[in-house]
Amino acid sequence: MRKMIEGSRAVAEAVGLCRPDVISAYPITPQTHIVEELSQMVADGDIEAEYVRVESEHSAASVCLGAVAAGSRAYSATTSQGMLLMIEVLYNIAGMRLPMVITGVNRAVSAPLNIWNDQQDTLAVRDAGWIQLYGESSQECLDMHIQAYRIAEDDRVLLPVMVCMDGFILTHTYETVDVPTQEQVDTFLPPYNPLFKLDPADPITLGAYAGPELYHEVRYTMHREALGAKEVVKEVARQFRDAFGRWSGDVVEPYRCEDAQTIFVAMGSVVGTLKEWVDAARARGEKVGALKLRCYRPFPQEELREALSGARQVNVLEKAVSIGAQGVVTPEVRAALYGQASQPRVACAVVGLGGRDVTFGTMDEVLSRAREGETDFFAGLRAEVLEES
Amino acid sequence: MTTPSQRRKPPLGIVTRPGSSLRNKTGSWGILRPVFDCDKCTGCNTCESICPEGCIRHLEKKRYEADIEFCKGCGLCAAACPASAITMVEEHR
Amino acid sequence: MTAAVEAAEFDYEIARGLLPGHRACAGCGQASAVRLVMETVGPNCIVANATGCLEVFSTPHPESAWGVPWIHSLFENHPAVASGIEAALRKQGKLDQIRVLAFGGDGATLDIGFGALSGMFERGHDVLYVCMDNEAYMNTGVQRSSSTPFAASTTTSPAGKQAFGEDRPKKDLPAIAAAHGIPYVATASMAYFADIRRKVKKALDTRGPKYLQIHVPCPPGWGYDENASLEVGKLAVETGIYPLVEWEYGKVTRVRKIKKVPVEDYLKVQRRFRHLFRGEAGKAVIERIQELADENIQKYGLMA
Repeated sequence: MRKMIEGSRAVAEAVGLCRPDVISAYPITPQTHIVEELSQMVADGDIEAEYVRVESEHSAASVCLGAVAAGSRAYSATTSQGMLLMIEVLYNIAGMRLPMVITGVNRAVSAPLNIWNDQQDTLAVRDAGWIQLYGESSQECLDMHIQAYRIAEDDRVLLPVMVCMDGFILTHTYETVDVPTQEQVDTFLPPYNPLFKLDPADPITLGAYAGPELYHEVRYTMHREALGAKEVVKEVARQFRDAFGRWSGDVVEPYRCEDAQTIFVAMGSVVGTLKEWVDAARARGEKVGALKLRCYRPFPQEELREALSGARQVNVLEKAVSIGAQGVVTPEVRAALYGQASQPRVACAVVGLGGRDVTFGTMDEVLSRAREGETDFFAGLRAEVLEES
Repeated sequence: MTTPSQRRKPPLGIVTRPGSSLRNKTGSWGILRPVFDCDKCTGCNTCESICPEGCIRHLEKKRYEADIEFCKGCGLCAAACPASAITMVEEHR
Repeated sequence: MTAAVEAAEFDYEIARGLLPGHRACAGCGQASAVRLVMETVGPNCIVANATGCLEVFSTPHPESAWGVPWIHSLFENHPAVASGIEAALRKQGKLDQIRVLAFGGDGATLDIGFGALSGMFERGHDVLYVCMDNEAYMNTGVQRSSSTPFAASTTTSPAGKQAFGEDRPKKDLPAIAAAHGIPYVATASMAYFADIRRKVKKALDTRGPKYLQIHVPCPPGWGYDENASLEVGKLAVETGIYPLVEWEYGKVTRVRKIKKVPVEDYLKVQRRFRHLFRGEAGKAVIERIQELADENIQKYGLMA
C-alpha cells in the first residue's frame, strides 16, 4: 500500500511487519521517532512484542542479545553516542553469531556535540562484524529491514545486520513509500528458527572463553563467513525483487558509469543528490558517473573494482573522517583498486560533517579540486568560520 | 523445514556442550583425600552440600564417598562435618 | 554426543547445575554457594553470568561445567541480558516453566553493572539476581571493589607505610536494591547453606525481581587456608560485620540473630587484615570496624 509517511514511520512499519518478539529502545535524537512509532504500535496491539524500555543503549543492545540467545527475534535502533556506548555489545553480538537487526540512524559524534547527520557513528563500528547496508531513500531503508532479517538469520551468515539511515535527512522527511502487506512479508520472512538457543530441553553454554590456541581460528571463521555473506546479500536482494516486484539495490549500484571518466562514490542519502548532479554535469559535457556503495560490510571489493576500473578518476565523498588519517571508506576503495593494470587516481573528499549540506556546489568543488591533483581534502569548508579561530 | 541435524553445525567456538568439564580431572590438584568414618556419620548431608566440586556422593543413609577423580583435597568437608567423621589424609599419586 | 549421555558416562546428573571439573581454587566459597543455589533452582532455568571468577573457572572452551542453559556476554550487561531472556520467554509463553537467573560478582554487581542492575529492578523483570560477594575483583588479582570492606588490604587499596587498606566503607547494595521496592532482597553466607536454600526457594516462590547477595569467602584473596572458608564465613556473620537480613518490598522482614563475637576474631584469621595487628594505629582502625559492626547489630536488631 502506498503511503506518504515520515522515514521513521516507514522503518517502524517495516520492522513491525517482520514480527519482532522483543524490541528494546533507548531514545536519542534523531532515532526517537522510530522507537516512538513502534511503541505506539505495540500500545495499540498492531505489533505483538515485548517492548523493553531500557536505561541505556548498552543495555538496549544487551537485551536484544539475551532475547535472540533465548530464541526470539529482536530489534533496536540507535545513533551517534548511543552507537558508541553500545559498541562493546555490538562486537559481542556479532562474535557470538546472534542474528538481529539494528537501525543505525546516522548522526555526528561528540565532541563537539552535534545531533545532525553524518556517518561517523556507523563507520566507527565497521570492524565489529555486523553486516552494514546504507540506504539512499526511505523506501530503500524500509525494504532493507525486511531483507536484513532474512540475511542475518540465514545459516550461511548468522551475523547481525545494521541498516544505516541518514538522520533527519531520511528519518524526518516525508516520502511516498510502498509498504508491503503482512502476508507478503510472512511469505518472504519465515519465523526465526534458531540454529542454537538457550533452552532447558537441550542445554548449551554460550560465551565460553577461547584461549590463544583457539581464538585466532574462531575469528578467522567469522571473517570468512562474513565475506561469504556478500553472496547472501545479493541473493536476498534478488529474492526480494521477485517477491515484491521492486529492486532495492545490489551491493554496488552504478549510475551512468559506462563511459564515465570520473566516478563519484558515496553511501546513503547523498547518493540521491549525487545522481541529480551527475545529470546536470553531464548536460554540461562532463563525463561523470556515480557509484552507490550500498553494502559496506562485507566490503564488495570485486564489484567495486569492476565498476570503477574504467574510470581515470574516482572521487569518494566521505561523510566521516578518521582523525589523523583522513578517509574511512577511501582507503578501502584504494585497496580494492590496488595492483590493477589501469588504476584510477582516487581522491578523498570529506563532506557534510555534522549536518553540513552537501550541494551541487560541493560536488563541483570536489570535481575541480581532484582534477587539480588534490588527493585528500575537506570540501565545503567555510572560510569565514575558519578565520574566527 | 530441516531438523537441526540436517543444518550446519554452530560456528567454531560458539557453543560449548554442557558438562564437558567432566573430562577435566581436577583430582590431580591436591594431595589430601577425605576418609569417611561411617560409624560417626549421622547422614546430615553437610559434606555433600558444602563440597565446591560437588563430587561427594551419598551412597547410603550414612555412607558418603568422594570421587577422587575430581576431589581437590580442600578439606571443607572435614572442617564442616558436625560429627567429625571425616579425616583428611595425604595420598601421593 | 548428547549432554545426557556424556554425563551418564561419568555418573553425574547433568541437570545439577554446576558440575565437577571446573577450575575454581580448592576451597572456593563461590563454587560451594553456586552449587547450593543451582541444586535448589533445578534444571528448568537459564543463567546469564557476568565475567568473573565463576564464569572463567567454569567455561574455558571446549569445557563447560554448566548442566543448565547458560550464557556469558560481558562484564556489566548480565542484568540486561537476563532482561532480554526474560522478555523472550514471556513472549514465548514459557516464563512459567523456565526461571531466569543472573549471576555476578561484587565488582559486576556493585560497580560496573550497577546501572543495568537498577534498570532490571526498575522494569520489574522476573529474574533472580545472585551476587557472589567475595569483596574484591578476585578474578583479575584481588583489586578493590565498592564492596571491599573498610580497612581490607587489596592490590589497589593496599596497606602500606601511609595507608591502612581500603579507606571507604562497604557499599550497601542490599539496601539500594530494597529501595527499588522489589519483592525480595536477602543477604546470605556460604557458611549457612540451609539458609541459602531457604532464601533461594523463597525468591523463586515470588515473581518479579529478586536480589540475593551471598558472602563467599575467598582463600587466596582474603588469605587463609582453603579448608577454613566455613569458619571465616561464620565469623563474618557472628561478628555483625555481614548481617543476614531479608527485605520484602523495601521493608526488613527477617534477620538472623547472632551471639556476637568480637571483630578481632574475624580479622585476625585473614591476611588482608593482618596489618591492623601491627601497632597502635591498627588498634584505632579495629575499633572503627567494631563500631561499624555494632551499627549493623543496632540497625537490624541482630542480638538474640
